[in-house]
Amino acid sequence: MTKQNLALLILIFLLALLPLTESRFYIFLGTDILIMGLFAVSLNLLLGYTGLVSFGQAAFFGIGAYTCALLMKKASVAFPFAFIAAGISGALGALIIGFFCIRLTKIYFSMLTLAFSQIVWAIVFKWNSLTGGDTGLIGINFPQFLDSSTRFYYFTLGIVVVSLFLTRKVVDSPFGRILTTIRENPERTEFIGINVKLFQLIAFMISGAFAAISGALFGIFNHSLFPDLLYWPQSAEVLIMCLLGGMYSFFGPLVGAGIILYLRMFVTSYTQYWPLIMGTILALLLFFFPGGVVGFLKTRRIFSRGAR
Amino acid sequence: MPDLSFLLIQCLSGLTYAMFLFLIASGLSLIFGILRVLNFAHGSLYMLGAYLSYFFASQFVNVPGQFWWAALFAPISVAIIGGFIEKLFLSRLYVREELNQLLFTYALVFIISDLAKIIWGTGQLSVSRPAILKGAIPVLGQYFPEYNIFVIFLGLGIAILFWLVLTLTRWGRIIRAAALDREMLGSLGINVNWLFTIVFVIGSWLAGLGGTLVAPIAVIVPGMDVEIIISAFIVVVVGGLGSFWGTLLGAIILGQVTSFGILVLPRLSMVFIYILMTVVLILRPWGLLGKPLRR
Repeated sequence: MTKQNLALLILIFLLALLPLTESRFYIFLGTDILIMGLFAVSLNLLLGYTGLVSFGQAAFFGIGAYTCALLMKKASVAFPFAFIAAGISGALGALIIGFFCIRLTKIYFSMLTLAFSQIVWAIVFKWNSLTGGDTGLIGINFPQFLDSSTRFYYFTLGIVVVSLFLTRKVVDSPFGRILTTIRENPERTEFIGINVKLFQLIAFMISGAFAAISGALFGIFNHSLFPDLLYWPQSAEVLIMCLLGGMYSFFGPLVGAGIILYLRMFVTSYTQYWPLIMGTILALLLFFFPGGVVGFLKTRRIFSRGAR
Repeated sequence: MPDLSFLLIQCLSGLTYAMFLFLIASGLSLIFGILRVLNFAHGSLYMLGAYLSYFFASQFVNVPGQFWWAALFAPISVAIIGGFIEKLFLSRLYVREELNQLLFTYALVFIISDLAKIIWGTGQLSVSRPAILKGAIPVLGQYFPEYNIFVIFLGLGIAILFWLVLTLTRWGRIIRAAALDREMLGSLGINVNWLFTIVFVIGSWLAGLGGTLVAPIAVIVPGMDVEIIISAFIVVVVGGLGSFWGTLLGAIILGQVTSFGILVLPRLSMVFIYILMTVVLILRPWGLLGKPLRR
């Protein structure tokens, strides 16, 4: 067992002890960070590993959230099936949207992902009879076996740990190495006989599936859903989490999510000018810590091994 | 079936909206073309233009030509602010990956919007129309505000002026050369750093002018920055990044789609715009009048 794996096991163990604090605040914050952390890691599979700057990741988060909630609420599907269906719907949505997006590169790719996510947002926003439109979808209950915030925290922790384990397996596999190769130089990757577009599409689907799973968790956690979840600032926020934490490290986005959510909770209790503070932090970060927090720690040799 | 005069009025209001979009999008496109920076904060500069025109208009309350003083000073102030942003911050990020510049301008969106809230509050502000343009002119039996006609002509005038400057003057040639090959331009003895600042200043002035001109016909509120920026992006992408006439064409198309989309499907008007952009990006990723990017 390597040092890092041991450290991770200890971290998971400590996270499992969190509910012992019996603080509703920390259980709530912990669940929120785990969910958004998974969302950020799913985006980073594209951003940091494949070099695709997706500006529409919120679409898959929203697709997952609405699929799971609607199946439970309107079709009375049992939670486990609705949850799995959410992941599948994210992958399928990503297949359709990704099919068009991966043909483009750089800024054009980003703009097309933005356009598609806004279309998905508009559909959710306008389809009143199904999604509740602007008034949202309210009264989504915890499934019976998870009917306390502590139990839901453990469930979230379990799902996130398993998802991150799987994602880690993906990026460490030969498949993941090819994604990194594509990030570094798509043309040369093409020259050595790799179907770049196909690999990008599969990465897009995996990313969409995990984003949808985090979305499904989010919907149940909040007991309600609003179309804002799919609006472009949500995509931008998760992008910032990745960059803040460090997009060239596997756990960077999770760290970024933790910092942003903790700071927001903390700052908004003192001042309403949270965006000003977040904007300033982001700007300072760009000038002084271009590799993100984890990137900074790595260059200081605090962590020895990483994605790069 | 609505009658002809109604359609004409609808078309004219679409055209008015198109001119605001053009003013913002042309600055955005210019900055992208030369600096290769996608300026997310361009909508914020537009919003600053609107707030500053309110500020200057309230300074010149009892002076004749109140609006025109504001229209002179507000865009210039925005241009100066833009110059400082480029020179002090943005210019230090050119050596980095493109994503860093994008994120910095995104951080500016948050900072400027909150600063505007701190200075001007969250309420709705307005600027009154200039006295000589308060009337309306008859159009096939209906009435259309004179001010909007003025905006349409001013927008077209600025488009033609900019095109003339870009094609006929030495500065225009330098700017076009910078879009093609900045290293070569630098080795020919042009100070590229200052050129970038000047381009950013011009782009900021255009955004500030857009904000100033919109102030008399729309309410000035927080949030107008992010509302316009996505539309301006769509204009630039549909028209073609870096294409001057493409930006004008994109703005006119988007203005008309917005104006008539509301009539056809009121509940889904904005979807038309995203669908338009999606179709253009899939069929012609480089935009209607743009050129494919060389690698």
